[in-house]
Amino acid sequence: MKRLSLVALVLSLASAFVFLLAGAMLELGPAAIDLRAPVAAHLAESGVTHPVTAVLLNYRGYDTLLEIAVLLLALLAILAVVGEAPVSPSRAAHPVLQALARLAVPLMIVVAVYLLWAGAFRPGGAFQAGAVLAAAAVLLHLVGLQPGWSQLRLRLRIGLAAGFALFLAVAAGLLTQGSLLQYPPAAAGALILLIESGLTVSLALILAGLFLFLSREAGA
Amino acid sequence: MTIAFDLLLALSLLWSGWRTLATPRLDRAIVLFIIFGLLMSLAWARLAAPDIGLAEAAIGAGLTGALLLDAYGVLGQRRGAP
Repeated sequence: MKRLSLVALVLSLASAFVFLLAGAMLELGPAAIDLRAPVAAHLAESGVTHPVTAVLLNYRGYDTLLEIAVLLLALLAILAVVGEAPVSPSRAAHPVLQALARLAVPLMIVVAVYLLWAGAFRPGGAFQAGAVLAAAAVLLHLVGLQPGWSQLRLRLRIGLAAGFALFLAVAAGLLTQGSLLQYPPAAAGALILLIESGLTVSLALILAGLFLFLSREAGA
Repeated sequence: MTIAFDLLLALSLLWSGWRTLATPRLDRAIVLFIIFGLLMSLAWARLAAPDIGLAEAAIGAGLTGALLLDAYGVLGQRRGAP
């Protein structure tokens, strides 16, 4: 009897909380700041025609700069924990799976390049393109065609840092314009494409590295 | 028609989220998590945010799912050969 009343109490409190939350959600007023109009008004000067890319790489470029810095830092922390270890030979998957991966990976690379290019005028962009490229590397690793990464060669180090370094170099070069990452409108489109290309390569390597550095101990 | 689709999507999101947390088997939970991610990217697309939908499908469902499956494989190997 006591337990039943306890259950009833909990149920009534929980449902009251749910009603409260639903009420609060329905009562939400309009957002205090509406930036849609200014974004649309300055789209012509941003160098791209897709508003999301304009916000990510032009109006709020330093957010994206710090995002790639955080991702690089995450990978460095993982490397510091895992260290360099001998790589175990990856076991080969079924030949049908391998053939499928061989067919799929070129398509994924094409999709990634398309996403990078399409980011200027429709949904897409460096992060999605990098994720698709990283997924291709992971796919190759899972079917046994790409061994896990055991050591940081110079080329890999350069690739990992290139996106951040390129972004930082553009930001430093533009400091003379006034504020950080204030592109001149005439060159904005080319600069954004340059930064996004660097970001795609580095993001792909970082995201694939999160996987390939961690999974090399599979046999250990 | 669209309202029916949206309702179905919301219901299947809730259902797959619940099953992901409640299922006792780890492998099923991972597969359900991937399904949840794919449904989530559909939901983002329906909310007129295809950018987030693309990122969710690639990172949330694809990369994270592969990482979880790989971790599950390693766990299984360690259990099998102690």
